[in-house]
Amino acid sequence: MSLIPHKPIRLARHYMDHNYTAPITIEDVSREVALSPYYLIRSFRHVYRQTPHQYLVEKRIARAKELLRNSELSITEICVAVGYESLGSFSTLFRKVAGISPSSYRINSQPTLTPGYIPLCVCLLHGLENQPEL
Amino acid sequence: MINRLSVATIWVKDQNEALRFYTEKLGFEIRADVKNGDFRWLTVGLESQPEIEFQLSALKPSHALSQEDADQLTKLVEAGKLGIGPWKTDDCQGTYETLSANGVEFLQPPTDRPYGIIEAVFKDNSGNLMVLAQDKS
Repeated sequence: MSLIPHKPIRLARHYMDHNYTAPITIEDVSREVALSPYYLIRSFRHVYRQTPHQYLVEKRIARAKELLRNSELSITEICVAVGYESLGSFSTLFRKVAGISPSSYRINSQPTLTPGYIPLCVCLLHGLENQPEL
Repeated sequence: MINRLSVATIWVKDQNEALRFYTEKLGFEIRADVKNGDFRWLTVGLESQPEIEFQLSALKPSHALSQEDADQLTKLVEAGKLGIGPWKTDDCQGTYETLSANGVEFLQPPTDRPYGIIEAVFKDNSGNLMVLAQDKS
Protein backbone atom coordinates (compact mmCIF):
# COMPACT_ATOMS: atom_id res chain seq x y z
CA MET A 1 0.00 0.00 0.00
CA SER A 2 1.78 3.12 -1.16
CA LEU A 3 -0.70 5.91 -0.50
CA ILE A 4 -2.15 6.15 2.99
CA PRO A 5 -4.67 8.91 3.68
CA HIS A 6 -3.00 10.07 6.90
CA LYS A 7 -5.30 13.01 7.52
CA PRO A 8 -8.63 11.14 7.57
CA ILE A 9 -6.97 8.38 9.58
CA ARG A 10 -5.88 10.90 12.21
CA LEU A 11 -9.37 12.40 12.12
CA ALA A 12 -10.84 8.93 12.64
CA ARG A 13 -8.77 8.50 15.77
CA HIS A 14 -9.62 12.01 16.93
CA TYR A 15 -13.32 11.23 16.42
CA MET A 16 -12.97 8.06 18.51
CA ASP A 17 -11.02 9.94 21.22
CA HIS A 18 -13.95 12.31 21.62
CA ASN A 19 -16.87 9.94 21.11
CA TYR A 20 -15.82 6.60 22.59
CA THR A 21 -18.15 7.06 25.54
CA ALA A 22 -21.11 7.01 23.12
CA PRO A 23 -22.24 3.77 21.47
CA ILE A 24 -20.48 4.58 18.19
CA THR A 25 -19.54 1.86 15.72
CA ILE A 26 -16.88 1.54 13.02
CA GLU A 27 -19.60 2.47 10.51
CA ASP A 28 -20.05 5.80 12.33
CA VAL A 29 -16.31 6.43 12.22
CA SER A 30 -16.05 5.58 8.54
CA ARG A 31 -19.02 7.82 7.72
CA GLU A 32 -17.42 10.65 9.72
CA VAL A 33 -14.19 10.57 7.71
CA ALA A 34 -15.82 9.57 4.40
CA LEU A 35 -13.79 6.40 3.88
CA SER A 36 -15.23 2.94 3.31
CA PRO A 37 -15.09 0.77 6.45
CA TYR A 38 -12.80 -1.69 4.69
CA TYR A 39 -10.38 1.01 3.54
CA LEU A 40 -10.49 2.75 6.93
CA ILE A 41 -9.67 -0.44 8.82
CA ARG A 42 -6.84 -1.34 6.46
CA SER A 43 -5.26 2.14 6.50
CA PHE A 44 -5.77 2.65 10.23
CA ARG A 45 -4.05 -0.64 10.95
CA HIS A 46 -1.18 0.32 8.70
CA VAL A 47 -0.65 3.63 10.52
CA TYR A 48 -1.42 2.67 14.13
CA ARG A 49 -0.71 -1.10 14.09
CA GLN A 50 -4.15 -1.88 15.44
CA THR A 51 -7.64 -1.78 13.99
CA PRO A 52 -10.04 1.07 14.80
CA HIS A 53 -12.12 -1.47 16.71
CA GLN A 54 -9.14 -2.52 18.84
CA TYR A 55 -8.37 1.15 19.52
CA LEU A 56 -11.97 1.83 20.55
CA VAL A 57 -12.07 -1.23 22.83
CA GLU A 58 -8.76 -0.22 24.42
CA LYS A 59 -10.03 3.29 25.20
CA ARG A 60 -13.35 2.04 26.54
CA ILE A 61 -11.82 -0.61 28.77
CA ALA A 62 -9.22 1.85 30.10
CA ARG A 63 -12.01 4.30 30.96
CA ALA A 64 -14.09 1.51 32.50
CA LYS A 65 -11.11 0.57 34.71
CA GLU A 66 -10.73 4.18 35.80
CA LEU A 67 -14.44 4.35 36.70
CA LEU A 68 -14.35 0.98 38.49
CA ARG A 69 -11.42 2.16 40.62
CA ASN A 70 -12.51 5.69 41.27
CA SER A 71 -16.28 6.01 41.05
CA GLU A 72 -19.32 4.71 42.88
CA LEU A 73 -21.11 3.93 39.61
CA SER A 74 -22.61 0.46 39.27
CA ILE A 75 -21.15 -1.88 36.67
CA THR A 76 -24.28 -1.43 34.54
CA GLU A 77 -23.84 2.36 34.71
CA ILE A 78 -20.16 2.03 33.77
CA CYS A 79 -21.05 -0.25 30.86
CA VAL A 80 -23.34 2.49 29.49
CA ALA A 81 -20.84 5.27 30.35
CA VAL A 82 -18.19 3.72 28.11
CA GLY A 83 -20.48 3.20 25.13
CA TYR A 84 -21.79 -0.35 25.52
CA GLU A 85 -25.43 -1.26 25.49
CA SER A 86 -25.33 -4.84 26.71
CA LEU A 87 -23.91 -5.68 30.13
CA GLY A 88 -23.21 -9.22 28.98
CA SER A 89 -21.04 -8.24 26.04
CA PHE A 90 -19.29 -5.52 28.10
CA SER A 91 -18.40 -8.00 30.86
CA THR A 92 -17.18 -10.60 28.38
CA LEU A 93 -15.04 -8.04 26.58
CA PHE A 94 -13.69 -6.63 29.84
CA ARG A 95 -12.71 -10.09 31.03
CA LYS A 96 -11.03 -10.81 27.71
CA VAL A 97 -8.94 -7.60 27.81
CA ALA A 98 -8.28 -7.23 31.55
CA GLY A 99 -8.11 -10.92 32.42
CA ILE A 100 -10.65 -10.57 35.26
CA SER A 101 -14.29 -9.58 35.54
CA PRO A 102 -15.29 -5.94 36.16
CA SER A 103 -16.45 -6.76 39.70
CA SER A 104 -13.20 -8.58 40.60
CA TYR A 105 -11.23 -5.68 39.14
CA ARG A 106 -13.14 -3.27 41.37
CA ILE A 107 -12.54 -5.38 44.49
CA ASN A 108 -8.85 -5.93 43.74
CA SER A 109 -7.77 -2.41 42.85
CA GLN A 110 -7.15 0.71 44.87
CA PRO A 111 -8.70 4.09 43.99
CA THR A 112 -6.22 6.32 42.19
CA LEU A 113 -8.22 9.53 42.29
CA THR A 114 -7.93 11.88 45.24
CA PRO A 115 -10.77 14.35 44.70
CA GLY A 116 -10.85 17.40 46.90
CA TYR A 117 -7.39 16.93 48.33
CA ILE A 118 -4.69 19.55 47.84
CA PRO A 119 -1.45 19.02 49.79
CA LEU A 120 -0.99 21.57 52.57
CA CYS A 121 2.37 22.78 51.18
CA VAL A 122 0.57 23.70 47.95
CA CYS A 123 -2.22 25.41 49.93
CA LEU A 124 0.38 27.48 51.78
CA LEU A 125 2.30 28.28 48.59
CA HIS A 126 -0.86 29.47 46.86
CA GLY A 127 -2.39 31.15 49.88
CA LEU A 128 -5.42 28.84 49.97
CA GLU A 129 -7.14 29.18 53.32
CA ASN A 130 -10.41 27.44 52.67
CA GLN A 131 -10.98 23.78 52.13
CA PRO A 132 -10.74 23.09 48.40
CA GLU A 133 -13.99 22.47 46.57
CA LEU A 134 -14.54 19.93 43.83
CA MET B 1 10.72 7.80 58.22
CA ILE B 2 9.83 9.09 54.80
CA ASN B 3 8.40 6.23 52.76
CA ARG B 4 7.84 7.31 49.22
CA LEU B 5 7.20 10.10 46.74
CA SER B 6 3.53 10.82 46.12
CA VAL B 7 3.31 13.94 43.95
CA ALA B 8 5.89 15.51 41.63
CA THR B 9 5.48 18.86 39.89
CA ILE B 10 5.61 19.52 36.16
CA TRP B 11 5.40 23.19 35.16
CA VAL B 12 3.08 23.70 32.19
CA LYS B 13 2.18 26.71 30.07
CA ASP B 14 -1.54 25.90 29.80
CA GLN B 15 -3.23 23.39 32.08
CA ASN B 16 -5.98 22.44 29.61
CA GLU B 17 -3.53 21.84 26.78
CA ALA B 18 -1.15 19.97 29.09
CA LEU B 19 -3.99 17.77 30.31
CA ARG B 20 -4.90 16.88 26.73
CA PHE B 21 -1.27 16.16 25.89
CA TYR B 22 -0.68 13.93 28.92
CA THR B 23 -3.96 12.01 28.66
CA GLU B 24 -4.53 11.80 24.91
CA LYS B 25 -0.95 11.64 23.63
CA LEU B 26 1.04 10.05 26.46
CA GLY B 27 -1.77 7.87 27.86
CA PHE B 28 -1.87 9.16 31.44
CA GLU B 29 -5.11 9.18 33.42
CA ILE B 30 -6.52 12.17 35.23
CA ARG B 31 -6.24 11.90 39.02
CA ALA B 32 -7.49 15.18 40.45
CA ASP B 33 -9.00 18.37 39.11
CA VAL B 34 -9.87 20.65 41.99
CA LYS B 35 -10.48 24.38 41.96
CA ASN B 36 -9.98 26.79 44.81
CA GLY B 37 -10.52 30.35 43.65
CA ASP B 38 -8.09 30.93 40.77
CA PHE B 39 -5.97 27.96 41.76
CA ARG B 40 -6.48 24.67 39.98
CA TRP B 41 -4.98 21.51 41.44
CA LEU B 42 -4.64 19.25 38.42
CA THR B 43 -2.85 15.93 38.57
CA VAL B 44 -2.32 12.98 36.24
CA GLY B 45 -0.80 9.56 36.72
CA LEU B 46 -0.03 6.24 35.11
CA GLU B 47 -2.48 3.41 35.58
CA SER B 48 0.47 1.09 36.19
CA GLN B 49 1.78 3.30 39.01
CA PRO B 50 -1.17 4.29 41.20
CA GLU B 51 0.96 5.62 44.08
CA ILE B 52 2.52 8.53 42.17
CA GLU B 53 0.82 11.50 40.56
CA PHE B 54 2.13 14.50 38.70
CA GLN B 55 0.87 17.98 39.36
CA LEU B 56 0.47 19.97 36.13
CA SER B 57 1.31 23.31 37.70
CA ALA B 58 0.33 26.46 35.81
CA LEU B 59 3.12 28.79 34.70
CA LYS B 60 1.29 32.02 35.31
CA PRO B 61 1.52 34.81 37.83
CA SER B 62 -0.22 33.74 41.02
CA HIS B 63 0.00 33.97 44.77
CA ALA B 64 3.03 31.67 44.51
CA LEU B 65 4.71 33.20 41.45
CA SER B 66 5.37 36.86 40.73
CA GLN B 67 5.15 37.99 37.11
CA GLU B 68 8.95 37.98 37.03
CA ASP B 69 9.19 34.46 38.52
CA ALA B 70 6.59 33.17 36.07
CA ASP B 71 8.39 34.78 33.11
CA GLN B 72 11.75 33.34 34.12
CA LEU B 73 10.36 29.89 34.75
CA THR B 74 8.45 29.95 31.45
CA LYS B 75 11.69 30.83 29.64
CA LEU B 76 13.48 27.89 31.24
CA VAL B 77 10.67 25.45 30.38
CA GLU B 78 10.39 26.72 26.79
CA ALA B 79 14.15 26.40 26.36
CA GLY B 80 13.98 22.76 27.50
CA LYS B 81 16.07 23.48 30.59
CA LEU B 82 13.55 21.88 32.93
CA GLY B 83 11.80 18.59 32.82
CA ILE B 84 10.92 15.56 34.75
CA GLY B 85 13.21 12.59 34.57
CA PRO B 86 13.01 9.42 32.55
CA TRP B 87 9.75 7.58 31.97
CA LYS B 88 10.48 3.86 32.06
CA THR B 89 9.18 1.47 29.43
CA ASP B 90 9.67 -2.23 28.64
CA ASP B 91 9.65 -1.44 24.94
CA CYS B 92 11.33 1.82 23.95
CA GLN B 93 10.99 1.27 20.20
CA GLY B 94 7.31 0.25 20.36
CA THR B 95 6.39 3.09 22.72
CA TYR B 96 8.37 5.53 20.59
CA GLU B 97 6.32 4.46 17.56
CA THR B 98 3.01 4.66 19.42
CA LEU B 99 3.76 8.10 20.87
CA SER B 100 5.05 9.36 17.50
CA ALA B 101 1.81 8.19 15.90
CA ASN B 102 -0.03 10.10 18.64
CA GLY B 103 1.77 13.26 17.53
CA VAL B 104 4.54 13.41 20.16
CA GLU B 105 7.65 14.95 18.64
CA PHE B 106 10.91 13.26 19.48
CA LEU B 107 14.26 15.06 19.54
CA GLN B 108 16.01 11.72 19.30
CA PRO B 109 14.75 8.23 18.36
CA PRO B 110 15.59 5.19 20.51
CA THR B 111 19.36 5.12 20.96
CA ASP B 112 21.72 2.70 22.69
CA ARG B 113 23.26 4.32 25.72
CA PRO B 114 25.96 3.18 28.15
CA TYR B 115 25.06 0.94 31.11
CA GLY B 116 22.52 -1.11 29.16
CA ILE B 117 19.89 1.52 28.52
CA ILE B 118 17.95 2.46 25.38
CA GLU B 119 16.69 6.03 25.45
CA ALA B 120 14.57 8.29 23.26
CA VAL B 121 14.23 12.02 23.93
CA PHE B 122 11.08 14.13 23.62
CA LYS B 123 9.50 17.28 24.96
CA ASP B 124 6.00 17.75 26.29
CA ASN B 125 3.83 20.48 24.74
CA SER B 126 5.16 23.07 27.20
CA GLY B 127 8.81 22.29 26.47
CA ASN B 128 9.70 20.02 29.40
CA LEU B 129 12.51 17.71 28.37
CA MET B 130 11.95 14.01 29.02
CA VAL B 131 13.31 10.64 28.05
CA LEU B 132 11.73 7.29 27.42
CA ALA B 133 14.10 4.72 28.93
CA GLN B 134 14.31 0.95 28.67
CA ASP B 135 16.68 -1.31 30.61
CA LYS B 136 18.14 -3.78 28.15
CA SER B 137 18.73 -6.64 30.58
